[in-house]
Amino acid sequence: MISLTPQIMATSLVTVLRFLLMIIGALALVEAVVYTLFHRRPKNVLFGVVVLALTALFLFVFVRYVRPATGFTTTRKVGIGIALLLVDLAAYWLLSGPRISKLGLAYLLLTPALIGITGLIIYPFAYNVYLAFTNMSMTTVRTYTFSLQNGLNNFKSVFTGVVAHDATFWEVLLRSILWTAINVFFHVTGGMALALLLNRPMRFRGLYRTLLVFPWAIPQTIACMALRNEFNYHYGFFNVLLRNLGLKPINWLTDPFWAFVAVCISNIWLGIPFMMVIILGGLQSISQEYYEAAEIDGASGWQQFRHITLPLLRPVTTPAIILGTVWTFNALNVIYLVTGGNPQEKTDILVSSLYKAAFDFYRYGFAAAFALVVFAFLFLFSLIYIRMTGGLKAAYE
Amino acid sequence: MNWRKFFYRAHGDSPFKRLIIHLILIGACVIAVYPILRIFTISIRPGDRLLSTDLRIIPKDATLNSYRLVLFGDPVTKRKSDFFLWLWNSLVITLTTATIGVILSASAAYAFSRFRFPGRGPGLIFLLTTQMIPAGMLLLPLYIMLSRLKLINNYLGLVIAYSVTSVPFSIWILKGYFDTIPLDLEEAALIDGTSRLGAFYRIILPLSTPSLAIAFLFNFMSGWSEYLVARVVLQKANMYTWPLGLWTFAGQFTLAAGRFAAASIMIALPAMALFLYSSKWLVSGLTLGGVKG
Repeated sequence: MISLTPQIMATSLVTVLRFLLMIIGALALVEAVVYTLFHRRPKNVLFGVVVLALTALFLFVFVRYVRPATGFTTTRKVGIGIALLLVDLAAYWLLSGPRISKLGLAYLLLTPALIGITGLIIYPFAYNVYLAFTNMSMTTVRTYTFSLQNGLNNFKSVFTGVVAHDATFWEVLLRSILWTAINVFFHVTGGMALALLLNRPMRFRGLYRTLLVFPWAIPQTIACMALRNEFNYHYGFFNVLLRNLGLKPINWLTDPFWAFVAVCISNIWLGIPFMMVIILGGLQSISQEYYEAAEIDGASGWQQFRHITLPLLRPVTTPAIILGTVWTFNALNVIYLVTGGNPQEKTDILVSSLYKAAFDFYRYGFAAAFALVVFAFLFLFSLIYIRMTGGLKAAYE
Repeated sequence: MNWRKFFYRAHGDSPFKRLIIHLILIGACVIAVYPILRIFTISIRPGDRLLSTDLRIIPKDATLNSYRLVLFGDPVTKRKSDFFLWLWNSLVITLTTATIGVILSASAAYAFSRFRFPGRGPGLIFLLTTQMIPAGMLLLPLYIMLSRLKLINNYLGLVIAYSVTSVPFSIWILKGYFDTIPLDLEEAALIDGTSRLGAFYRIILPLSTPSLAIAFLFNFMSGWSEYLVARVVLQKANMYTWPLGLWTFAGQFTLAAGRFAAASIMIALPAMALFLYSSKWLVSGLTLGGVKG
C-alpha cells in the first residue's frame, strides 16, 4: 500500500513541476525556433500545446513502436521518422495559419537542398573528423578506439611518415601545388585565348565552339583511359608522332618527369573548355560601348584588354579560378586513370595519395586525418585568394 | 573561293588577321577532337591489329566486329553481353539523380537570388567550401552510412549518394542566372495576384531554361561517368553501371582494347550528344555571378 507521506507528496510535486517545466521549456524552444525561422509570433498557448502534444505523440509512437520493431528495415524506420516529422511540421504550419512570411518562404525553399547537403556532405564530413581521432584500419575495423592520442598520432604521421607507400607528405604537397599551378595557368590562359578569338562575329563560330568543348563533353573516365593508351611507349599517339618526326620516343609512363608531363597534358586538355565557356559567357555580357569609347580615346588592343576586359571579367573569373583550382587539386580521376600515381608514386598528388592510403592500404584513421589536412590546405588557399581579390563580393551581393 | 566573302562578317580585322584566327582555331579544334577520334579508330580496327602504330583515322580493313562483340556477346565463348544492362542501370540512376539535383538546386538558388535572409552570404561561401572537400574523403563515411541503412547493392543507395554531388555548384550557376532576370517581371506578376512561388514557377523557371539545362547536364554528367562511389556501393555484377562494366574489359587483355573502345564510343556518344545539344545554352546559361556593366 502506498501511503501519502508528505515526503512522497513533495517528491511527486517536484516530478510534476519538473514535467511542467519541461513542457514549457520545450514549448518555448519550439516557438523560438519557429520565430527565428519564420518570424512569426506564437498564436496562443493552446495551439502550442496541441502541436507539442502531437509532437510528443509522434515521438512516443516512434520510440515505442517503430524503432524496436523487427519487421522493418532501418531505411523504412528512418523514412517513417521523417514522415512523422513532416506531418508534425505541417500540423504546426496549418494550425498557425497557412501563410508564411517572405523569409519563411526563403528557408522553405532552401530546406530540401539543406537536408541533402546535411545528410550527404556535412554528416559524412563530421564522421570523417571522428574517424581522424580513431586508429581504425583494416585489422581494427571492429575494435578501433577513439582517443585524442590516436588523433595526434594520425596527424603526426601525416607530416612525418609516408602517406601511401613511398612518398612523404611534403613531397606530394609540393607536387600538388606545382600540378595545380601549371594546370590552372594553362586552363585560364588557354581558355582566355580561345574565348577572345571566338568572341567576334565570324564564320564557323558555332562549329568551332562545338568542337572545342569536345574534351569537356566526353565522359572523363573514358577520356582518361583513352589518353593513358596514347602515352603507351610503342603504340601511343605521342611516341608515334615523335618517331615520325625523327625524334627519340619518350618513356611517358615509366619516367617520373615525363609521367608528370603526361598527366599535366591530359588534365590541361580536359580543363580548357570549361574556362573557355565561362570566360566567353563573361565576355559576351560586357557592353560594346566601353570598347567604342576606348577606341575613340585611342586605346590599343592590349590596353583595352588590360583595362576593360580583365577588370569587367573579374566577377566571372574569380569564382571560376577558385573552382578550377579546387577541381584541379581534387582531380583524382585523372591521376588515378592516367598514371595511377606511378612510377613509384612520383605522379601522385595529395588526393590520389589519400585515396591510396584509405583504399589500398586501409589506413582509415590516418586517411581521415590526412583528408582533413588536405581540406584545411585548400580552404586556406581559397580564403586567401578570396580576400586578395575581393572578387566573390560581387558574386553574392 | 572568294576570300573576301568567306570572311565577310569579321568586320574591323584585316583579312590576314582573320586568316590567322581561323588557323589557330582550326588547330585548337584538331587538338580537342583528335584523341576522341583515336578511340573511334581503335574501335574499328580488326582484332589482330588492335595495337598498331598506324595514325590513320579509318584504319585498313576497318570492321565493326568489336561493336558486335560488345552488343551481342562473344559467339565463341557463348558469353552474353551485359552492355545494355549496364547502360540501363546507369541511365536510370543518373536521370533520377539529375532530376532530384536540379529540383533541389533550383529552389535553393531562387532563395539565394531573391531573398536577403540571415545567413545568405555565409551560405553561399559554405557551398563553395563544400567543393574543397578532397575527393574520396567522404567515401568511407558514406559507405559506412549506406551499409548501416542497408543500401549497399541497392540502386537507391547510389541515387542518394549521387544526388547532392553537383548541387552546390548548380546552386551557384542557377543563382547567377536568376540574378540576371529583372525583378520587375516578378513584381508585375505579384501585383497581378500570383503568389511568390507561382511567380517562381511561371516566370523565373521558364526564363531560366538555359541555366536549368546546364544544371541538369552537370548533374547528369557527374553521375554518368562516376566510378569510385559506384564501385563501393554496387558490388553485384548484375547491378553494374557502365563505368564498372567497362573496367571489366580493362581487366581482360587480348581482344579487350577493341571492345573497350567500342563500348566507350557507344557510351560517350549519347552523353556527348546531350552535352553538345545543350551547348547552345552553355555560354548563356553558365553565369558564375553576373557581370555588371
